[in-house]
Amino acid sequence: MNAPLFNPSRRDVLAGALVVSFSLRAIPSLAQEQENVSKPPLPGSLKKAPMLDAWIRIDADGSVTVFTGKCEIGQGVKTALIQVAAEELELDPHAIHLVTADTARAANEGFTSGSNSMKDSASAIRNAAAQVREILIGIAAERLGVAADRLRAQSGAIIGPDNRRAAYGDLVAGNVLHVTAQPTSKLKAPDTLKIIGQSLPRIDIPGKVTGGVSYVHDLRLSGMVHARVVRPPSYDARLQSIDTSDAEKMPGVIKVVRDGSFLGILAEREFQAVTAMHALAAAAKWDIATKLPDETNISSIIESLPAEDHVIADKHAESASATRTLQAVYRRPYQMHGSIGPSCAVASFDGDALTVWSHAQGMFPLRQAIAEMLRLPEEKVRCIHMEGAGCYGHNGADDAAADAALLARALPGRPVRVQWMREQEHQWEPYGPAMVSRARASLDAGGNIVDWWYEVRSNTHSTRPPGAGQLIAARHLETPFTPGPPRPGDQPEGAGDRNAVPLYVLPNVRVVHHLVPDMPLRVSALRGLGAYHNIFAIESFMDELAAAAGADAIEFRLRHLKDKRARAVITAAAERFGWSSWQAAKGKGRGFAFARYKNLAAFCAVAVEVNIEHESGHVRLGRAIAAVDSGQAVNPDGIANQIQGGIVQSASWTLYESVHFEPRRILSQDWSTYPILRFGTMPESVDVYVIDAPGEPFLGTGEAAQGPTAAAIANAVANATGVRIRDLPLNSARVKAAIGV
Amino acid sequence: MITLNVNGRSRDVDDAPNTPLLYVLRGTLELNGAKFGCGLGQCGACTVVIDGKPVFSCLTPISILQGRKITTLEGLGSEDAPSPLQRAFIEEQAAQCGYCIPGMIMRAHALLTANQSPTDAEIREHMNANLCRCGTHMRILAAINRAAGAMHAAGARAPAKAEEEE
Amino acid sequence: MAFSLLLIVVLGATALFFATHLSIPEDRSQRVFAPDLVRRGGELAALGYCASCHTAENGKPFAGGRPLATPFGTLFGTNITPDPKTGIGLYSQAAFARTMRDGIDRAGRDLYPVFPYNHFARLTDEDLSALYAFLMTRAAVPAQNPANHLTFPYNVRPLLAGWKLLYLDKKPVPRDQTRSAEWNRGRYLVEALSHCGACHTPRDRLGAEIASQHFDSGEAEDWWAPPLNHKFPSPVSWSEESLFNYLRSWDVGHGGAVGPMAPVVAALATVPEQDVRAIAAYVGATLAKPGESEKRVDEKQPQAAEAHPQGAELYAGICATCHETGGHVPFTVTSLGQHTSIYAPDPRNVIHVVLEGVRPPEGTVGAVMPAFADTLSDAQIADIAAYLCARFSRGGEWQNIEAEIARLRRSTSP
Repeated sequence: MNAPLFNPSRRDVLAGALVVSFSLRAIPSLAQEQENVSKPPLPGSLKKAPMLDAWIRIDADGSVTVFTGKCEIGQGVKTALIQVAAEELELDPHAIHLVTADTARAANEGFTSGSNSMKDSASAIRNAAAQVREILIGIAAERLGVAADRLRAQSGAIIGPDNRRAAYGDLVAGNVLHVTAQPTSKLKAPDTLKIIGQSLPRIDIPGKVTGGVSYVHDLRLSGMVHARVVRPPSYDARLQSIDTSDAEKMPGVIKVVRDGSFLGILAEREFQAVTAMHALAAAAKWDIATKLPDETNISSIIESLPAEDHVIADKHAESASATRTLQAVYRRPYQMHGSIGPSCAVASFDGDALTVWSHAQGMFPLRQAIAEMLRLPEEKVRCIHMEGAGCYGHNGADDAAADAALLARALPGRPVRVQWMREQEHQWEPYGPAMVSRARASLDAGGNIVDWWYEVRSNTHSTRPPGAGQLIAARHLETPFTPGPPRPGDQPEGAGDRNAVPLYVLPNVRVVHHLVPDMPLRVSALRGLGAYHNIFAIESFMDELAAAAGADAIEFRLRHLKDKRARAVITAAAERFGWSSWQAAKGKGRGFAFARYKNLAAFCAVAVEVNIEHESGHVRLGRAIAAVDSGQAVNPDGIANQIQGGIVQSASWTLYESVHFEPRRILSQDWSTYPILRFGTMPESVDVYVIDAPGEPFLGTGEAAQGPTAAAIANAVANATGVRIRDLPLNSARVKAAIGV
Repeated sequence: MITLNVNGRSRDVDDAPNTPLLYVLRGTLELNGAKFGCGLGQCGACTVVIDGKPVFSCLTPISILQGRKITTLEGLGSEDAPSPLQRAFIEEQAAQCGYCIPGMIMRAHALLTANQSPTDAEIREHMNANLCRCGTHMRILAAINRAAGAMHAAGARAPAKAEEEE
Repeated sequence: MAFSLLLIVVLGATALFFATHLSIPEDRSQRVFAPDLVRRGGELAALGYCASCHTAENGKPFAGGRPLATPFGTLFGTNITPDPKTGIGLYSQAAFARTMRDGIDRAGRDLYPVFPYNHFARLTDEDLSALYAFLMTRAAVPAQNPANHLTFPYNVRPLLAGWKLLYLDKKPVPRDQTRSAEWNRGRYLVEALSHCGACHTPRDRLGAEIASQHFDSGEAEDWWAPPLNHKFPSPVSWSEESLFNYLRSWDVGHGGAVGPMAPVVAALATVPEQDVRAIAAYVGATLAKPGESEKRVDEKQPQAAEAHPQGAELYAGICATCHETGGHVPFTVTSLGQHTSIYAPDPRNVIHVVLEGVRPPEGTVGAVMPAFADTLSDAQIADIAAYLCARFSRGGEWQNIEAEIARLRRSTSP
């Protein structure tokens, strides 16, 4: 078969394999031990940027700026970070100005992904803020001649007995905050918290509902021009020839830019760019080489492609003998991010240096990739994050930024705004990979699981920058860049194997991840990565085992779980759903699922009720109840918002979504060809119960509901119909075929 | 030159007559509310209200808008003085990325102008034309219900249109 | 003597009437059906689109309540779930057969021919059994049938006996030995079950299909239903293959079904492919024809634009975004001139689509078109329609377009 454009060369694959096998040995605890030998690690991202003033700046006038390398992607992180800083600095949250990901101003915290922002950035900021506060107290103690233990911070000043007071602004001079952070901080005690734990209204929402400049799409710079890109008709298509003269003469057109198969157009006004883009597209002649696989056969194809095998769990212990063995195969199609706002970027090149405004999830990796693509030194490229529409992972944002960079370089002195069309976002974004997994487990006479075998087959879940070859535009240039080898992702976080190892206590466990390097379709990280499919598979399988054991679904899970917090979310969700008093009825079903995201982030249990429309096979969502434990809950409503949204989005993936394609092209190019859940088919209700765990570390939450929701729905459908469906999506045709006439 | 009535003000624009309203609002008039989502009338991110009805501004050329009253998000209220509907969205924290929300608010505004006490079923049916990808639907429904209740309690009629859009 | 003869005829007719209209006793037996029979019945019910008329909007399947407007008044599709009180739960197979073939319900009442028993009369015993098995295994829904809104004399049911004497033909669908098995199967399905003629054949003043004008065009719910024979007005070609595609989902040469035809296509997507091929073979035999080139189809564009500049401008500014992309927007065809309704004698279909849009099917891939009722005024829609008619139509200009738009706005607003 044709090797699609973004597949690595064989040599790269082998090189990648070496890297992978090496990393297999890097068990997290070993890494930890090595660090402990020297000194204790700094909390969160302080490891990466240990100077306090990388995080907190206080000006002479008392204004406080907090810097984070993370970005707002609609998950409310800006508000949460301001809360933790305000808490430890004893400030009104609205007095804090937060600067988000900017290669010139904020620390390199990698990507805002993996639900790591609270663990990485909030931990860093909270500790930095606490340490800054103590430094200010120390300086104030000297200045005011009062013992430090008689001073405290309050409302932007250090105050002491007899109304002695020193404002923050008066205490900072020179580089007092340019000090290395300490491994431990004097954090406020859980029972003294006033801001952490409050559902502070999000600071970005008022602007968004009243027409403020909120997104990179809204950015307007003086002299800015509008651009559109003409993308090839398919992955490998090459631009044979094009007569650009007609398009160049159209109203408002400034320039047509062509470099190999990269084709863009610049115009004064946006609609002029759109009109000219259509003309340019009509004039282009393409060599169409792509042969995509057969969509109806994709699981078999994935199972037949060569793979690298990674054993990620292998545990053997004495157990009772097996009396029954079950096995099952679970499948998931390609699914897309489908951002409601197609990707956008603005770039400005002054002849020497380039600035890019982008909603990509990692400004530093993006900077490296763009610099490499343009053959500029990295320090000549600045990437600044501005919000986009929800991305849910690696969507077209990085590529739109690359487009803008190329076009800006072609028109020095004028900022260039590139807006992707709907079809471009749908067809060029990297999808969540199609996955197949096989499960086999045995029960003893008492209905306990005695052995568990699980293997999952998947592409890589990250083709993000760094590396110019990860950018679509760079691959289309006359002198193209090629993508690097696919990365497996390391356990315990994993990628395709995320949550492939169940949290349950099982005596015999073997879990294998088969990384398939060959990518028939472009793929990368989609919210949850492999956890969506693995939890769908594992939690469906748990229900199948429970049924074989004659046990209640909830009780069966509790039987195999010792973790107190896991048990607590399960019990809470079950109780609030009314699991034990639920009445069955024809066509009605209930389903339950639980997972701890990545086995180290938030705990989430979901219970749903469905009604099956017998004649059509449509699954109607009734009540959905979730319980979530995110550690110390910084903003409980923020957590609830993310879980509610995750449930609804996952319900859409699970009931409707799969990318359609034929040999020559991707067919899913708009909402008519990739339908998603609408208001008319929303659940009756979605209730989330946030279990606060004061004093516990922050746990990533944004992706925690994806997998449990899929399994809960699948289990509810099985409960309602008596038929187990193991292939996603559970669309009406599939359900109807399963239930028959 | 085409004269448009936007949020109660006359605005002269020199865009070509076949330019969809969306690009005129965002480009020439520098209004951020209406958003580009698809350009195909499938998602509703570009929804504005014209003569009281919800309309996809991505498919409406300015040439047909002479003498018609265009209301955008900015016409309902400002960050300092949000309208009851906008305030309801803030109170319900009805947004995740927020990109679809302006279109949602405008569509809901048209509904509440015509029907002050919609049932839950009526709201869901009316809003069906607008897509949200983040899954904020339940909060959007709550916000619309809240606004309907607030307007009802206050005995208010249709929310007053602001005189200027900034 | 003449009087005695008359008396005998009248007494005879009365006796015959009562004999054929006896109430059939309730059937409360425990019914068991072979799964294969039920499955086949489901396919036949889809082929007959029972659900289209017997399910209300957002209502439970087959539970009735859907209004059907006719020139004689509004009738409601009845509850055909096996509910004993409000549905057909007490119908024996014989009662069901009489309803389907004779248009007489279990209680002995004549049924209105809006229920197309003039077609179902020709169903085989086998197929009636399967349909019975299917319907009797549906979920029973207690739902009272709303009363029909009929004025005198149409509300006098026994008069329908006279109607049936004139129009009801119960002869089985004949076999034509000169045609293929597939064609004959298609003829049986179309004439006995899918009742295409009910919409696609003109009706006389008494509401009966005019046999001599079979498939010459008709009406459905205030939409025009095109001819399915040589009277088809569009210059676009038809083949059996393209007809099969259209009936199954969508055809690149013609587009897809909207309006009252949409549920028909949705149902045909669920039945065995060979049944749809058979229908396409039968209808295709009268419909199939070569067509004119795309260029010829659209050769009147410049004159149309000149004659209707407003319409042309509106079209270019709004419709063209999706409809002049060479078919790149999914479910659009290269030229609107490929859509049959452009060639209709009246603009109703075009007006419906512009006003109401095309609603996406739930959760499945399918056309999405926004409704333009709120974006465009009656005059603007009329301009566009006039332009399209001038650009493509081979017949005369559409008359009174604006009035039609106003009327359809009123009748279709929720």
